Amino acid sequence: MQRTPSIQIRPILAALRRHKAGTILIALQIALTLAIVCNALFIIEQRITRMSRPTGLIESDLLTVQSNWVGVDADTTTPLARADLLALRQLPGVQDATLTNSYPIRGGAWTTDVRIDPNAKSGMATVTQYFTDDHALPSMGLKLLAGRNFRSDEIGSASRDSYTPPPVAIISAALNGKLYPDGSALGKQIYLGMKPSTVIGIVERLQGGETDTDSDTYADYTVLLPIQLTNYANSYLIRARPGQLANITRTVPQLLYKLNRMRLIPEKRGLRTFDAVRTQAYRRDRGMAILMSAICVILLAITAAGIVGLTSFWVGQRRKQIGVRRALGATRADILSYFLTENLLISVGGVLLGAVLAIALNLWLGQLFELARLSLSYVLVGVVVLLLLGQGAVLAPALRASRVSPVEATRSV
Amino acid sequence: MFVYYFQLGLRSLRRNPVLTTLMVMAIGFGVAAAMTTYAVFRATSNNPIPQKSSQLFTAQIDNRGPADNDHGEPPYAMTYIDATALMRAHKARRQTALYPLSLPVVPDDPALLLFRVPSYATYADTFPMFDIPFRYGGGWSATEDDARAAVVVISRDLNDKLFHGANSVGRQITLDGHSYRITGVMDSWHPQPLFFDPVNNDFGDPIELFIPFTRAIALQKRVNGDTSCSGALHEGWDGLLNSECNWIAYWAELPSKADADAYRQFLQGYAAEQQRAGRFHWAPNVRLRNVVQWLDYLKVVPPESKLSLVVSLGFLLICLVNTVGLLLAKFMRRAAEIGVRRALGAPRQTIYLQFLIEAGTVGLAGGVLGLLLTGVGVLSIGLVFDPDIARLATLDLSLVALTLLVAVLATVLAAFYPTWRAAQVQPAWQLKSN
Repeated sequence: MQRTPSIQIRPILAALRRHKAGTILIALQIALTLAIVCNALFIIEQRITRMSRPTGLIESDLLTVQSNWVGVDADTTTPLARADLLALRQLPGVQDATLTNSYPIRGGAWTTDVRIDPNAKSGMATVTQYFTDDHALPSMGLKLLAGRNFRSDEIGSASRDSYTPPPVAIISAALNGKLYPDGSALGKQIYLGMKPSTVIGIVERLQGGETDTDSDTYADYTVLLPIQLTNYANSYLIRARPGQLANITRTVPQLLYKLNRMRLIPEKRGLRTFDAVRTQAYRRDRGMAILMSAICVILLAITAAGIVGLTSFWVGQRRKQIGVRRALGATRADILSYFLTENLLISVGGVLLGAVLAIALNLWLGQLFELARLSLSYVLVGVVVLLLLGQGAVLAPALRASRVSPVEATRSV
Repeated sequence: MFVYYFQLGLRSLRRNPVLTTLMVMAIGFGVAAAMTTYAVFRATSNNPIPQKSSQLFTAQIDNRGPADNDHGEPPYAMTYIDATALMRAHKARRQTALYPLSLPVVPDDPALLLFRVPSYATYADTFPMFDIPFRYGGGWSATEDDARAAVVVISRDLNDKLFHGANSVGRQITLDGHSYRITGVMDSWHPQPLFFDPVNNDFGDPIELFIPFTRAIALQKRVNGDTSCSGALHEGWDGLLNSECNWIAYWAELPSKADADAYRQFLQGYAAEQQRAGRFHWAPNVRLRNVVQWLDYLKVVPPESKLSLVVSLGFLLICLVNTVGLLLAKFMRRAAEIGVRRALGAPRQTIYLQFLIEAGTVGLAGGVLGLLLTGVGVLSIGLVFDPDIARLATLDLSLVALTLLVAVLATVLAAFYPTWRAAQVQPAWQLKSN
């Protein structure tokens, strides 16, 4: 005799109608979980993308030291800084050192508008300006794509109140693309103020100093200028020889204080390796990613536990009916597939509602927090995850149901 | 009866250990997530000066015009021109222009390193205006403002560090190479967020130094914070003072609504005057916001805080939906028991009471777990938020009470439907089918 083990949907629907409350609760839980998990995954992905943006620097073996002169006339700081740099470059374990007003992802930057037509009313882009010297490229580890580095005779010094744009500048490739989308900016002029600067070099990548989301649109538009600012809280960027970073982190402040005690190296962010700079710059992003991951994991676990709990209850309630079915010839596989199919039907209902909720939640969060539009692939991944989760969660109670003996049918009816 | 049902509830917790554990964990995690993120939200949305927040106003004047301003909103800070003009006009009960500056402390002992504490340049009115408490002495006077006097108010911590806590009023300290006379030592004062300058310092260490604004300007002390410029580039320090660069905050104390309205009128008039003089080529565009409105406008509460609160409230909702289902399963398993009780004469109300109290017991257990997890959560806020913010979020008595209350209330709320179902059990049917 041939049996066709067919999955009967109609009796399942009829049975679900008798368990409206439980069905709706499971479907609702799946829907809400999908809505939150999709958005949480999306937030995680966005944060990780932000965190993994490259600065363009070789970040290993790099030390940053902010040093402010105290009680020193602004006109006299240039020779003091030069003396610092000379001593730093001669310190054992140091490969090179430069002075700059700021550095990538430091938090805070000097930005200005850039234009290529001096008569244009508004700028073409916001750029981060790095006021530094000819040692910036080797110290930071920037990759020069075209042109040349500054020459030592091009380095000037100026007060930040009376500075005028210098005749030469090095720009990032991203800024090149923004200003001259059709070709190289090399040899051409840009305006950071009233006077033009000629582009003499293009570096592959150099990120700006800010890391908040407001600065995302101009994060990679940067320019290096050969000026040492006098009355500014400048930083030294010091490249250590391989393996010497820990050593120079100890010796550099000692050297600086020995050279001149009238300086302030701020306690909080004065002395940082670049790894520490990166950690601090993206603390919130990393924290958000951790929090959202934790919420996702716990949420999926709780939803699975809820499905296990309710299905177990149903199995317990229906032991007699299962016994009758088994007595009438249903195989264990039939019972198993009954519960799996039942869960699948509920889950499909749940994920359909959940997909709508996920998109609605994303739109709502988008209005509140400027969150980008959720891509549908997240919803699809979420749907698959939740369907698998449902099937996985229902497996144990369904197996228990399939082991119900036909004898149960005869008991206490 | 209540005690008896509570005991029944406790006993029932042990009867279905798996279901109970699931429920307690769901409630515990849900409540803990919501409470931890709420602790952060509460800290960041705190009103730092509740007794005066509706009387302290910051003024903004649009010196950029429609082409350069931020979607019609004036810049956050003022120019030196406008801030000093408003100070001279002296139209409010009290007023101050202020800006943060870097003022390294040079210890007398040459063996010690220089250090920096958060510092502001302000006017004499600041101290009564912001209710700054004093341990010794007090603020300086308006006369000293006018004289650009080298006077300073220091914090209790700085006084402890430099003078070992002794009364240092009248003594001198060296700041960035110049000597200052101490007029007062503040008592502990740490408004969070720092309402008078959230643009530069929203959360962080307490302010430890105040010197007269006029003195700081005379010494050409730059702002240690945001400067935003438009128009022609300026040249030198005098250029900065006469420029359209915005870098100074301006606060006024206006005790009544009439005062605030009058001040708004005055600002309008001032901007109109600037327009007539040819400095502004646009209609007056001014703002006067009190502390709460200002913190709101600047969105001082980090978006991460709001976002995580919203997500964890959703999380709690799911945990509750989960609890409704599990309670339903738990209660309906006892249909036979309910049938017997009903047959023996128990009215529906007692069934309601018994099961709601039982749910409350589950909620309480969930609350206790939630409390432990909230404790863990509050301790690990530093993993997610800036240390300055993490430090502010604490598990205090009110949060403990709230955690337990939310857990019990939410569970009882979730129990309404399962309880209603339980009370609907027909005694006759139950007795027959067994």
